[in-house]
Amino acid sequence: MSSPSDLTGEKQQFFEARKKVFPRKVNGTYRRLKWVIMAVTLTIYYVTPWLRWDRGPYAPDQAVLIDLANRRFYMFSIEIWPNEFYYVVGLLVMAAIGLFLVTSAVGRAWCGYACPQTVWTDLFVHVERLVEGDRNAQIRLDKAPWGAKKIGKRGLKYAIWLYIAAATGGAWIWYFADAPTLFMDFIHGTAPFAAYAAVGILTFTTFTLGGFMREQVCIYMCPWPRIQGAMMDEKSLGVTYKYWRGEPRTHGLKRAHAQPLTDLAEGEKVGDCIDCNACVAVCPTGIDIREGPQIGCITCGLCIDACDEIMAKVGREPKLIGYATAADEALIKQGKEPVSAKKRLLRPRTLIYFLLWCGVGLGMLFVLGNRARIGIDVLQTRNPLWVQLADGSIRNTYTLKIRNMEARPRTVEITVDGIDAVLWNDRGSRDDAAQAVRLEVPADKVAKTQLFVAAPGAGPQRTDVVFTVRALDQDGASASDESFFERPEGSR
Amino acid sequence: MADKKRIDEPTGTQTVGHEWDGIEELDTPMPRWWLIIFYATVVFAIVYTILYPAWPMIDRATAGVLGWTSHGQLEEQLAEDRAERAPVMAALAVTPVEKLLGKPELLETAIQGGRSAFLVNCVQCHGSGAAGSKGYPNLNDDNWLWGGDIAAIEKTLIDGIRQPGHDETRMSQMPAFGRDGLLSSDEIKDLVSYVRFVSGQEPASESAQRGRPLFENNCAVCHGADAKGDRQFGAPNLTDAIWLYGGDRNTITDTIHNSRYGIMPAWGDRLDPVTIKMLAAYVHSLGGGEASPVPEAETAPAPDESEGNVVAE
Repeated sequence: MSSPSDLTGEKQQFFEARKKVFPRKVNGTYRRLKWVIMAVTLTIYYVTPWLRWDRGPYAPDQAVLIDLANRRFYMFSIEIWPNEFYYVVGLLVMAAIGLFLVTSAVGRAWCGYACPQTVWTDLFVHVERLVEGDRNAQIRLDKAPWGAKKIGKRGLKYAIWLYIAAATGGAWIWYFADAPTLFMDFIHGTAPFAAYAAVGILTFTTFTLGGFMREQVCIYMCPWPRIQGAMMDEKSLGVTYKYWRGEPRTHGLKRAHAQPLTDLAEGEKVGDCIDCNACVAVCPTGIDIREGPQIGCITCGLCIDACDEIMAKVGREPKLIGYATAADEALIKQGKEPVSAKKRLLRPRTLIYFLLWCGVGLGMLFVLGNRARIGIDVLQTRNPLWVQLADGSIRNTYTLKIRNMEARPRTVEITVDGIDAVLWNDRGSRDDAAQAVRLEVPADKVAKTQLFVAAPGAGPQRTDVVFTVRALDQDGASASDESFFERPEGSR
Repeated sequence: MADKKRIDEPTGTQTVGHEWDGIEELDTPMPRWWLIIFYATVVFAIVYTILYPAWPMIDRATAGVLGWTSHGQLEEQLAEDRAERAPVMAALAVTPVEKLLGKPELLETAIQGGRSAFLVNCVQCHGSGAAGSKGYPNLNDDNWLWGGDIAAIEKTLIDGIRQPGHDETRMSQMPAFGRDGLLSSDEIKDLVSYVRFVSGQEPASESAQRGRPLFENNCAVCHGADAKGDRQFGAPNLTDAIWLYGGDRNTITDTIHNSRYGIMPAWGDRLDPVTIKMLAAYVHSLGGGEASPVPEAETAPAPDESEGNVVAE
């Protein structure tokens, strides 16, 4: 706290320097959980692009590939075309509902365990600890003047960080091209500029955000803590210091061990917290959880592990700091039993989110399982709308896009229903006009063709017609699109 | 405005001294990195305004020491574009127009280029969709006055129709039968009846009967005894459903009385041969293009046609 005398004399600092955080090492349940999640998420991230998936000769054999150049997205047996972008929308909807679900059930679990910023920061913190030692050694080194030892340690740390950062950026580009090919090109310096630029940018951001910005990202840059406030309710989990149990704090171990507390006055209560500061020392965002819920808390649970260790040492009950809901806290304060985890998790709010999430997911699976791998888009040429031919018949022109989404070439037949007409396309002429037009569509491609449709001049001004494309092979899928056939006003 | 700076009790932060309705502003310092970025953007802006055109002056912006202009950039891009297209243009230049049809990729390029050229040069008369209008042929249909295969279209484009002072231009002249006193108005009336009868617009009538010999004597030379036209003279087929000026009685009467004299410019004098080739390909692709007549013996010009010069497709 500054004193009012600051007002007159001292000049206020123009900026606020980052308060360095030196998280101490800790062991415990939540630390182990973080290790497991880090291992799983990083393994998925690094290994996925190298998985192979045989799709035959017409498609790449990378299991997960975002092929921007050819506008395809491959994910194991699923291939998504740009016109099927609604699957991505579906995934986003699922991600949003999933976020509601997780937040309503276990609070800010994403921030503490799964967020890339958390995972990579955690990795960087471990590297830091490995090179420079634990919290106290780090603080000492930080204060030490620059010398060979400090330069050596810092240099080594930055080098390892840089390596991890570069590997991160590198792993990201493998998702956008055939990984083994791109890897060789990358080494030989023949990869596209975009690949080097992506690696460069991602290396830089990973290095700075994971190495230097850390909790500043969570507190100043990330919108999520602010949005999340709106999603939490009194039944959402958060890391809580049970101040009614901890306060008033006793100072020091010895006093805490003094049982009964002979030097306390009659009726004076003593809390379990021995003010050892372990929870603050281990916190990766440098907050004091005992000050209550706050924006800097990413609910990673490391302070719980630290406090439990101390509570075991002084022979007190664990979970002075623990995951709890606001509702439970209120119940415990009144001496009542907290709501059981099962009952808390299976409340209407979580169930509704869960059902919605499953509904969207099952709906997408169903559509995915039943989607046609052949498609037709008909665009009527509207300039001119119709053309009078020499024999008096009327011709309309259409631009057809035939999608063959199978990884093999297909011969298709195009027919028009709703009007007595003959058709030909720009590969034929009026002379070979017929009831149907045949077309060879290359594998995994869109064939574009002009279709000319001629019908007798007499008839209504506008006729509804349906264009159907049918594959002529055994599987014989088909698709249709509606359009119109137009005649001049007042035609015979 | 109150100017009493003080320390805010709960936060321990100094206030800036502004107060409104009891709400005061804390003088919370920015994070250092935030300030660094802010200053970096200021420096960037200054450097940018020195290097690039930035400050609006009376008639133009400051020049910038790099000498960069958007016009210059456009020129560069156009030059790049032209360089990129050069091989295709070269291939188009050496490919005879009727050979284009056998080269799908080159043809596609030609059609795209022709569409652009059409929108610049041809829409004024033929319309943006090439549907024409009264007196200006519809290029989408299957009716051609001077021939509808791709070579004939190219020829029409190069030499035009009735282009004054152009030796190669396609010429023909329909007499003004009424105005020049070649036929009386009754005779013209009978001729109109006959023409409307052969085109299926009117039933047989005595008037049409009387028109028949008149047609044979005056019109058959160009339009043919069967009235199906003759492409040598650009004489239209009078039996089909397509009328360049209109098939109603008044219009046909007007046509016979005053004749018609439609002119198309000779584009060979104005456009380069590649553009004309592309235009021909585009017009041919509109749906009415006719197959090229199979040459009976391609002996005359064929052997020295240097196929090897085709650079790319």
